[in-house]
Amino acid sequence: MSRMKFLCDAERCIDCNACVTACKNENEVPWGINRRRVVTINDGKPGERSVSMACMHCTDPPCAAVCPVQCIYPTEDGVVLHNKDLCIGCGYCFYACPFGAPQYPQVGNFGTRGKMDKCTYCAGGGGTEEPGSAAEYAKYGSNRFAEGKLPLCAEMCSTKSLLAGDGDIIAQLYGERVRTRGYGSGAWGWETAYHEDTKP
Amino acid sequence: MFVLVRNSLVIFALLVLGVGEAPSLAQKLGTDGAPNPDASVVNQRTLLEQAPRIEGRIDIPDVKASVLIQPAGRTWDYFHEVLLHWGGAIMLLGTLAMLIVAYLVVGPLRISAGRSGQKIIRFIAFERFSHWLTATSFVVLALTGLNITFGKILLLPIVGPETFSEISQIAKYLHNFVSFAFMTGVALIAVIFFRHNLPQRVDLEWIRQGGGFIKSKHAPAGRFNPGEKMVYWLSVAAGLFISASGLVLLFPFYGTTIADMQIAHVVHAVIAMLFVALILAHIYIGTIGMEGAFEAMGTGKVDLNWAREHHDRWLAESLEDERHSAATPAE
Repeated sequence: MSRMKFLCDAERCIDCNACVTACKNENEVPWGINRRRVVTINDGKPGERSVSMACMHCTDPPCAAVCPVQCIYPTEDGVVLHNKDLCIGCGYCFYACPFGAPQYPQVGNFGTRGKMDKCTYCAGGGGTEEPGSAAEYAKYGSNRFAEGKLPLCAEMCSTKSLLAGDGDIIAQLYGERVRTRGYGSGAWGWETAYHEDTKP
Repeated sequence: MFVLVRNSLVIFALLVLGVGEAPSLAQKLGTDGAPNPDASVVNQRTLLEQAPRIEGRIDIPDVKASVLIQPAGRTWDYFHEVLLHWGGAIMLLGTLAMLIVAYLVVGPLRISAGRSGQKIIRFIAFERFSHWLTATSFVVLALTGLNITFGKILLLPIVGPETFSEISQIAKYLHNFVSFAFMTGVALIAVIFFRHNLPQRVDLEWIRQGGGFIKSKHAPAGRFNPGEKMVYWLSVAAGLFISASGLVLLFPFYGTTIADMQIAHVVHAVIAMLFVALILAHIYIGTIGMEGAFEAMGTGKVDLNWAREHHDRWLAESLEDERHSAATPAE
């Protein structure tokens, strides 16, 4: 059984934001929401690194645990999906998420939240819609996963910094890179998301 | 002379440009003499030891997305799913159990002398309005709030996910909007009952005599006894904290961060559980726990004998006032 994960090799990320753009385009993400983003640490200083971050599809996802209506769940591939028909927009998953992944379109005055939106690993939605259907696309975006494809952000990354796929395989790929290069800043977020770090 | 000036200008320019500090910025060299990029690599574990979250610069306009990793989310998850569920359940069920025991052991406190049939005004219409505005909104907020915490354990398995979601959606909006009625009510109560809730000398005597729990005798009290004063001050304090933390949650990112909202939520949830427990006790003593108590807030009038037994000083003052105003009629 595969366990899908993301891994961003910060030594390769050039902050081009193509993953961000690809995600927005592929999934027709609502205005004001970014399922993926690139953050630059130590900007302009020695040790500067850029990291592309989205939902990490955590092990024991805290968002799923705190959801008062239990609309978030991990699939058997480890992809964390949610059902927008059940979501009430309470914001709890956002308080619990270590990666700032859940976001809400504003539907009313002040901070009134709509249905939560986050990275689906390009695996469609967790609702009742037919996989790959227009209804599913309108609500959650692309379902590349059903076609046997990986998330577009990682697939089109020009420096192959962002890796997606089975956790063991991408960890092994990264480990080989670290050994060849002789250095690496680690798999960002893995400790928090999966309770493990990559062992190069 | 010209050369000297030119040289000093060059040195000055170099200093301004920070070239003088160049060694600290230079890349560190590896064992083979070549620049080693690894030497300056930032490590997430080190960063997380330095600060509770990793932040950086972001290109998109959404500045709050510049927080990369904040492991505190997992801690908040633990609070919400474990500490709050167990703490809240123990708090509320414990209070209910204590009230049931009180009812079975002590029973309702009767008017010892029986009803006199004569009534005296205890709460005027505006006081009752303020009380019931707060009370009804409190019940709505408590039920909708408890639904967010315990609904998925208690209600979801009974009604199913779709119905439960619809209920919770309505509950969310009720909780958000009814909160303003509650805040208004608490503010009114805090102001109009303030004077009579200040500590008095007679309160000590009431406490010394064991308050209202000794059936054989009745402790002296003013308009409010120390038990009621405690409910007043705890409610005002809880109301203040719960309103402040609630407003933080109601207006996300209005000058706050996720970390602030996590703290606000913990304050909101803990105070809410204590507040519900306090109000359960308040409801008990105001209804089935004491004969003649409910009509004070219900109709605004209480029986003269009830007032004599529970609020003798206040009754004496009220009767004095009445006599005084009757003795000096308007001209």
